[in-house]
Amino acid sequence: MSASAAAVASSATSKAFSPAGDVVIDCDLKKVFYGDFLAVRDSNVPIEKGKITGFIGPSGCGKSTVLRSLNRMNDLIPIFRFEGHVKYHGQDVYGKKVDPVVVRRYIGMVFQQPNPFSMSIYDNVAFGLRLNRFKGDMDERVQQALERAALWKEVKDKLSNSGLSLSGGQQQRLCIARAIATEPDVLLMDEPCSALDPIATRQVEQLMLELKERFTVALVTHNMQQATRVADTTAFFGVDISQGGRTGYLVEMGQTRQVFEDPREELTKQYVAGEFS
Amino acid sequence: MSENNMAAAPAVRLPRLERQPLELRALKSGFLTGLTWLIAILGSVPLFSVIFMLVTQGGARLDFEALTALPPAGFELGGGFGNAIVGTLVMVAIASAISVPLGILAAIYLAVLDPYSRVAGTARFVAKTLTGFPSILAGVFTYAVLVVNFGYSALAGGVALAVLMLPTVVLAAEEAMKQVPQKMTDAAFGMGCTRSQVIWKVVLPTGLPGILTGVMLAVAGASGESAPLLFTALFSNYYISEVLEPTASLSILIYNFSAMPFDNQIELAWAASLVLVLIVLVFNILARIVGRPKV
Repeated sequence: MSASAAAVASSATSKAFSPAGDVVIDCDLKKVFYGDFLAVRDSNVPIEKGKITGFIGPSGCGKSTVLRSLNRMNDLIPIFRFEGHVKYHGQDVYGKKVDPVVVRRYIGMVFQQPNPFSMSIYDNVAFGLRLNRFKGDMDERVQQALERAALWKEVKDKLSNSGLSLSGGQQQRLCIARAIATEPDVLLMDEPCSALDPIATRQVEQLMLELKERFTVALVTHNMQQATRVADTTAFFGVDISQGGRTGYLVEMGQTRQVFEDPREELTKQYVAGEFS
Repeated sequence: MSENNMAAAPAVRLPRLERQPLELRALKSGFLTGLTWLIAILGSVPLFSVIFMLVTQGGARLDFEALTALPPAGFELGGGFGNAIVGTLVMVAIASAISVPLGILAAIYLAVLDPYSRVAGTARFVAKTLTGFPSILAGVFTYAVLVVNFGYSALAGGVALAVLMLPTVVLAAEEAMKQVPQKMTDAAFGMGCTRSQVIWKVVLPTGLPGILTGVMLAVAGASGESAPLLFTALFSNYYISEVLEPTASLSILIYNFSAMPFDNQIELAWAASLVLVLIVLVFNILARIVGRPKV
């Protein structure tokens, strides 16, 4: 008990990160459980408007759990529950009257595995627009989304082909186009490049830098170099095994350059130096 | 010891890579391969002889008259079984109209909505049991429920076939929807779909080829059934005019005509059998076409 109290105390100092700009999502997860298992604790991760916030840390540190709790994707897991709050522009995302379906329309998501629907490229991008009963010029919006996802040139002559006929990197850019076509406010990306080769990874990273002009991005990545290349602020999560289970918690959060070059915590220093992963 | 080995090393024989056809291993392998070939051929003998007989015996009378004319009576010559073809198609259509929507909705419940509930477990068990259920019982059941009150009819025949098709459709559709990868449903939820939108816009369309394959196989099975129609649709010597009258079907016509003492009827029974097999074949081919994965 005292050991964990000490851990909380030490992380309490580093949790003090408060970004200079507007906070879009104020996420403060005190405890996250899957059934009886404490998966994440003490993670206060503000997501700043118009920036890319990177989540890094070893496997099982809860970074995906934190990301998926931002737009209530964890609701799909029946045994999920948490203490704390997630506020989107000041509104409680988990409020009693809040419809998680609406939350996800404002806070979109790109997944680790490219997951286009089994339908044409065009229909994949138009999917969310149709869901929202978009009345404007569908062709134009589909083209615009594909252009922003840097995929238009490659697919413009085969929009009616199945989305599944594309290569992995193209599929992931298609999923990004699908996610941004509805102009969400925030885009959550859960290791979007982990299934991609280095060239496709570069393309997607380039894309993220362009996307942050319009959207706020939260990015989980396994790849520390990726965080240094694209993230403005970085949250580093660690795993606490002191209480038997593997519980993730926020070790340190700050400007990416500071986290990598001048970490406040010893654990961060070891991790960014590659001493464990 | 190790020195000896080192010294002996250059003298080691090179491994022989050529085929050794007279080795025991090769002989065994050859024998077993031959045996499987032989059994495969033996297994297909009955199948091909049935088709061969149907084509040689039934092909002779397979003409426009046979496909359109009404069944001959007694010593009459000529005639055909047009009404039975129409009757079979109508009853299979009625059966599909009942069993496909019910089956798919049940499968949505089993595969997506509540797969682990007690209700789902029971329904799945019952459906599996019913796939092996003697088809004549579907006829008896429908007789007791419908025919006793409303008489013999195409509708009763269709219901009996629907009872037979339902478990096949449910299980095939459930399997097809379970194959839809979770990452696709995650994507749909992530796009802000409600549960019903996820089902109607993603799970069902993605699973559709598999569902249609199951439906086509059920249809193929039902079109060849005779037992359930014996007590329900009975037979008729005329074209169907309304669904509440006794109706002809190919399978019952074959059953009736093959037992008659007239050559003409027996020849027509052969031709009708060939037509029935062709109908089943067409449905099976359709099942393959719609079930083929699209790229």
